[in-house]
Amino acid sequence: MSAAAFTGPSVVDIDAAKVRGAGSNVHFDKVSVAYGTHVVLHPLTLDIAPGEILAMIGPSGSGKTTALRAVAGFVRPASGRIRIGATDVTDLPPYERGLGMVVQNYALFPHMRVEDNVAFGLRAQGADKALIGERVKDALATVGMATFARRYPRELSGGQQQRVAIARALAVRPRVLLLDEPLSALDAQIRRNMVEEIARLHRSLPGLTILYVTHDQTEALTLADKIAIMRDGRVCSHGPTAELYRRPPNRFTAEFLGRANLLPVTVAEAAGSKGFATATHGDAVLTGAGRGEKAGDKSLLCIRPQHLSLTADNEHTNRIVGTLREVHWQGELTHLVLDVDGTPVRVSATKLPVALPEPGTKVPLFFAPADTSLLPEDAGV
Amino acid sequence: MSEALAIGAPTARKREPGRLWIVPPAALLALLFFYPLALIVRQAFLDDSGVANVAEIVRVLHSRFFLNALVNTVTISVAATAGCLIVGLVLALILAFVPFPGSGFIARLIDTFIALPTFLVTLAFTFLYGSAGMLNSGLMEAFSLPLPPVDFLYSTWGVVLAEVTVYTPFILRPLLAAFSLVDRGQIEAASVLGARPFRIVRQVILPAAVPALIAGGSLCLLLTVNEFGIVLFIGAKGVITLPLLIYGKAIQESAYQVACIIAVVNIALSLGLFGLYRFAAGRLGV
Repeated sequence: MSAAAFTGPSVVDIDAAKVRGAGSNVHFDKVSVAYGTHVVLHPLTLDIAPGEILAMIGPSGSGKTTALRAVAGFVRPASGRIRIGATDVTDLPPYERGLGMVVQNYALFPHMRVEDNVAFGLRAQGADKALIGERVKDALATVGMATFARRYPRELSGGQQQRVAIARALAVRPRVLLLDEPLSALDAQIRRNMVEEIARLHRSLPGLTILYVTHDQTEALTLADKIAIMRDGRVCSHGPTAELYRRPPNRFTAEFLGRANLLPVTVAEAAGSKGFATATHGDAVLTGAGRGEKAGDKSLLCIRPQHLSLTADNEHTNRIVGTLREVHWQGELTHLVLDVDGTPVRVSATKLPVALPEPGTKVPLFFAPADTSLLPEDAGV
Repeated sequence: MSEALAIGAPTARKREPGRLWIVPPAALLALLFFYPLALIVRQAFLDDSGVANVAEIVRVLHSRFFLNALVNTVTISVAATAGCLIVGLVLALILAFVPFPGSGFIARLIDTFIALPTFLVTLAFTFLYGSAGMLNSGLMEAFSLPLPPVDFLYSTWGVVLAEVTVYTPFILRPLLAAFSLVDRGQIEAASVLGARPFRIVRQVILPAAVPALIAGGSLCLLLTVNEFGIVLFIGAKGVITLPLLIYGKAIQESAYQVACIIAVVNIALSLGLFGLYRFAAGRLGV
């Protein structure tokens, strides 16, 4: 496809749109990717709304990076189309797609100063000198690196290099920003700070559409408006972040997105008008948020570790009893591991009774029906 | 403590045996390299009767045959090195960045050129492009020509082409090594930012390959300055280089002082280039 055929925005168009409030949506229309006979991405249909951060998370080899690379233009779909805004970009080369990308190892050009790295995309797109100067300054200021413009990448720390990489991607005012495990190479403390910085950045550029690929659920939970969880080349769940966390549709999602205790139960009474079903686990009769289960169905009751309490109150009306096996103190949190009729149950607590029970003793656990979710027992995906 | 000192003291007085190991290689080097080199330098200053003759040095250095050979040597080596750099760069870019089945095999096949004697390529060229070679025979037969139409082989450019063919692998190998270290993420980032392939090669890939280009180019220059077999084998009329001139003066004319004077210049040129190569390689970490 020639440059003349490119219908996406040029630097000038993007500048006119000012990106802020004018991001593009990304639409995967039955996009599949295969290497020979090996399918790495099964037909994927997904929308990322303008200004939305969609996090694609999943284990290694789940197809999340392949999906991102298909948007970038480095992987050609075996079938399906990809649209960015109104443009079908499936057949466009990467340099005509109007994107920005940040990768795990920063990929800064080592022989260029920070300012030249940031200016690279603008120069490649033929922007004039004055615009380049202005954009470089803006982009570096946005990521707090204005004073490092004359440095070389080797003179910066990992976190600073990643900020420069983000500034370089933002300087071209991309229609969509692709972030491919951008924080994986950073240590834990810097990673936490960078997550907050990216969140702040998106608040200041609310129109910027971001596809964020990560295997780190904390990054996804902190940043994403929506999450798509990938497994074996397929999206196994997709939805608003909080909803997906609170009401995981399947076991894989529950366990991949945060920690989950999954208690096997039998539905005693289907969900009523308030959405709560009754289920039994041994002798315990429990109430949990249902999703259309019928009486007699085998199901799993998902309870997050932080929603389990050692003390009862008006909200924590569900009660199970487990045998305390392990106690792990981690400063801010204490983790308890209990055995509830053969199912390991983890409790994360910030506040515990002064005298902790000894391992081996029976301990009652309480949780609120609103903090639970019933999900199908047999569906792996 | 005192016991430890008592045990350690006699050991410290012992002669270190490792130092003596310098003698065999130094003696061998002196015998096989420095002594003959010194003889050549000495012979350059003495005439056949063993009398110092500095005037002869001045005469040779100002002579037409020496200046012609010097110009030929520099022209051929610079042209061949430039050719090697261009061909090597293009081939390396294709082999490293254009995925096609068998690229590894092709790279290894090109490598085998390093193992072959240099004059072998010239011999092959004679069969291909020589007066009675396949190309000329074919053209003469096809167009009923009375004379061979392709006549570049027995000229400076024939020598250059043969040297480019022989020495391109010396550029290709370090370039492929350098390209294998180029972060693919940088290329992809550049591409997403709007850079077309030519800009990526120019601004992302080539800067990373500069050390390899300089080191490979210096080595190529060094080898082409001293190339003897190709020039002799082609036997192009009027294409006399310094090594060929030394051979002619020493073996055919028995003018040993003249041969040694030219040899000293050739050695100085080679050592200068080698110094440049080592400096560049060391400086750029190749």
